[in-house]
Amino acid sequence: MTAKNPAHQEWIDNELAESLARFPERKDRFTRHGEQVVPRLAVPDEINDRYLEDIGFPGRYPFTRGVQPTMYRGRLWTMRQYAGFSTAAESNQRYRYLLDQGQTGLSVAFDLPTQIGYDSDDPMSLGEVGKVGVAIDTLADMEILFDQIPLDKISTSMTINSPAMILLAMYIAVAERQGVSSGKLRGTIQNDILKEYVARGTYIFPPRPSLRLITDIFRWCAEHAPQFNTISISGYHIREAGSTAAQEVAFTLANGITYVQTALDAGLELEVFAKRLAFFFNASSNLLEEAAKFRAARRLWARIMKNRFNAADPASMMLRFHTQTAGNTLTAQQTDNNIVRVTIQALAAVLGGTQSLHTNSRDEALGLPTEDSVRTALRTQQIIAHESGVADTVDPLAGSYYIEQLTDGIEHEAVALLNRIDDAGGVVACIESGFIQSLIEDASYRYQQEIEQGKRIIVGVNEFRVAEEKSVPAMRVDARVEEQQIRRLAEVKSGRNRHDAANALQELERTAGSDSSLMEPVMAAVRSYCSLGEICNVLRKVFGEYRR
Amino acid sequence: MAQQYRVLIGKPGLDGHDRGAKFIARALRDAGFEVVYTGIRRTAEEIAASAVQEDVAAVGLSSMSGGHVRLFPAVIEALRNAGAGDIPVLGGGIIPDEDIEPLKQAGIEAIFTPGTPIETIIEAFRSACRKHHSHRS
Amino acid sequence: MELLQQLHRGDSRSIGRAISLVEDQDPAAARILAGLDQTRIEQSLVVGITGPPGVGKSTLTAGLIRHLRDQNQRVGIVAIDPSSPVSGGAILGDRIRMMAHALDREVVVRSMATRGRLGGLCASAGAAVRIMAASGCQTVIIETVGVGQTEMDIIRLADMTVMVLAPGFGDDVQAMKAGILEVADLLVINKADQPGADKLALDLGAVFTDTADRDLRLLRTVASEDRGLDMVLDRIMLMAKQFRQDNTLQKRRQHSFALETMDWAMEMLRPKISGLIAPGGKTDPRLAAQEIVKKLGQESSQ
Repeated sequence: MTAKNPAHQEWIDNELAESLARFPERKDRFTRHGEQVVPRLAVPDEINDRYLEDIGFPGRYPFTRGVQPTMYRGRLWTMRQYAGFSTAAESNQRYRYLLDQGQTGLSVAFDLPTQIGYDSDDPMSLGEVGKVGVAIDTLADMEILFDQIPLDKISTSMTINSPAMILLAMYIAVAERQGVSSGKLRGTIQNDILKEYVARGTYIFPPRPSLRLITDIFRWCAEHAPQFNTISISGYHIREAGSTAAQEVAFTLANGITYVQTALDAGLELEVFAKRLAFFFNASSNLLEEAAKFRAARRLWARIMKNRFNAADPASMMLRFHTQTAGNTLTAQQTDNNIVRVTIQALAAVLGGTQSLHTNSRDEALGLPTEDSVRTALRTQQIIAHESGVADTVDPLAGSYYIEQLTDGIEHEAVALLNRIDDAGGVVACIESGFIQSLIEDASYRYQQEIEQGKRIIVGVNEFRVAEEKSVPAMRVDARVEEQQIRRLAEVKSGRNRHDAANALQELERTAGSDSSLMEPVMAAVRSYCSLGEICNVLRKVFGEYRR
Repeated sequence: MAQQYRVLIGKPGLDGHDRGAKFIARALRDAGFEVVYTGIRRTAEEIAASAVQEDVAAVGLSSMSGGHVRLFPAVIEALRNAGAGDIPVLGGGIIPDEDIEPLKQAGIEAIFTPGTPIETIIEAFRSACRKHHSHRS
Repeated sequence: MELLQQLHRGDSRSIGRAISLVEDQDPAAARILAGLDQTRIEQSLVVGITGPPGVGKSTLTAGLIRHLRDQNQRVGIVAIDPSSPVSGGAILGDRIRMMAHALDREVVVRSMATRGRLGGLCASAGAAVRIMAASGCQTVIIETVGVGQTEMDIIRLADMTVMVLAPGFGDDVQAMKAGILEVADLLVINKADQPGADKLALDLGAVFTDTADRDLRLLRTVASEDRGLDMVLDRIMLMAKQFRQDNTLQKRRQHSFALETMDWAMEMLRPKISGLIAPGGKTDPRLAAQEIVKKLGQESSQ
């Protein structure tokens, strides 16, 4: 293979050759029809310094065009539908169904009590058990959740933040019982507490001890679970709360900077943990802005890692990310329209180079999605992957005047916000003063007002309406789930070795009050069938609770 | 001067998605209401106690997690227990059609679902407040 | 009247309603205010807490409430937020940080909006403070946002004032440095663990002429971690004792009495004046005003 340009040739001989040697492409040839071959990577005839600096080649700094040299020609993104509801047994059924349907990774949704560290029998859990995700009280629930799912074969993403360490410990314990060592586990825990204070609300402890839990996880996994992504730094919820695209990038990367700095301050090795950082973004409906946003975020993070933190290994500078289509764009009116919205949004994510993708189901504005609508959502991704042709060439939008201008513009706007956050003393200070929240609220209010005033058209909502009955068969969680779960918890508690459980909690409390890593005592507590609520209550006692 | 109405916007339960609640709070402010916002993750009792201390003329609740079936009536009950059963309660969020009637039976004054125009919501608060003020003193 | 009885027993509903009736200038207001337990009001301590937005006032207030509750005191809080000048509405969000005490019947919180009145707010806030004191609150805290004139006026209702600042809010300090000690009895640097705290302490320290005075009145806290709050409370109590002994408290109350009286008088006159303003008047506004005042004088002498 020869290229006109020496810089291009150099990339072909190095990054591309290495990549092809290790990961062959999906097909020998990608064609449009007949003999019309789709090029792997289209580049301009004249390659100047500006191109190399701002756009470059895929798999090479600044990664504007993607993190791998062949992108989806090598491997398609992971199709990962977020799912989970009711009891562990019912969620297990849904996971096995999704895997049968060709899904390639699991994504576990936990119910709110689990996410906030309450057992199902806690008074705070009233009405919430099993509602937005699966209820997990003890290791016994986790064993059922992954029953007959080989944990060495799949990757699992878990949307869990404040109690991430506990759920990770349970996952590892289940794997052990399957004979799978932690070193073989692949997946991601969200573990991103900062955006909880800003946008999502499932915090338990104050920022400082929360950040300590996160670095303890980084440290343990670097040694014992090197293939596991220890954090998924999430802009998704910031955007759902109503931020702009540039704010989503800025606040997410600002949080990323904080985690990196905290880990460095704790003495961790940058080039070890930086590779295990993953990101999570929102794909909204403005197709071109969203596609440019992903490219801007990737480039800006690479620059931050290189210039601010002096990373040397390119792998430490790569922003790898999961994308979910924007839940807040789904409408309760004419719900089939949501399939179209999701298609556009998913396309933006793929054009932007996402590593994995969740497509929302059309009925999610009404409640939990039904099995039918989840399948359609998955099919949407499969159609983009196999029929649209966008996966056959790398970064097809590059070089468009508009796209490159948008990419630059979003990066500049994000840099300006990052500077303001730095000037104001960093993310934690800005969360405490409410600065970040107020910028998001203002953006959100402006946007919503535009819709209310008809300045922004939402099809089926403020224009093109029809009279309809909103009787889409949304799935409901049986009210008896709460009782069942409470009964199960009582059984587990009475069946466990009381002495072991008490000892484990005592040891946990002692360690929490010291500087030592909490991972081992949490693992011990989990194995002794201490409940999530019991473990969190010990930590609440030592760390205090964050309230606002 | 027009009558100044005070209302409380609360989020019972554990869900932290307060975009809708905050939007309603701001929209009510821009319509001239004084809005006490009590933040996310409140128990029914906390919301009721706050409504009493603040002497609001109406309480608005928001829930996005499906917890409304238990949580909205729990607030009504907590208000009654606090001797403030006369304060009207309005609710909104992701609420399936079939839940609306039972919630109204339980005493919820009005229910708003995604897509309800903000003017409708503001008018509902205004009329709830007007009614409450007429029985006051 | 039953409301008064209930109020003095500490009933939340009655306290809340009484404040509303006064705030809305309901005819019942006069009877309520006349019937308040004056002894309790005299014995109570009114603490003003103010400072620019974002410095952590509400967190500090919430922390002080906790400490006061540990001393078994009943506490009242009047939290004031600005009304929108456009719509007249307001978002009253200070309560959020005090929700930890939501179920404590001995903590009375009332959020109030400035309602865009020129002075009337002092009257309403002052009445709210006294209603809380009469209900048995030994300490009542008035919290206001900002360092503008309205806030300063409100804060004069207090027996003593705590000004909260934080690193990163230096510009606000710069603007008001000169008069800061006239307004504030205590200066608290919150978020004292953040960079810039030492510089702020230095800047503020320079305002004092006497180092002993400085050490007494300039304090550092990290309210979010409950550091330094016990010291703030100690100083408040120490000053309260001193103020009672040297008659400062009495003088300040007399001053705020005058201030509130003026407010009420203006509030009461407002509708009357507005009725006397001739539409499309031809003379100069000042002359028109003189005419109105003359008329009011004649009316009252009749």
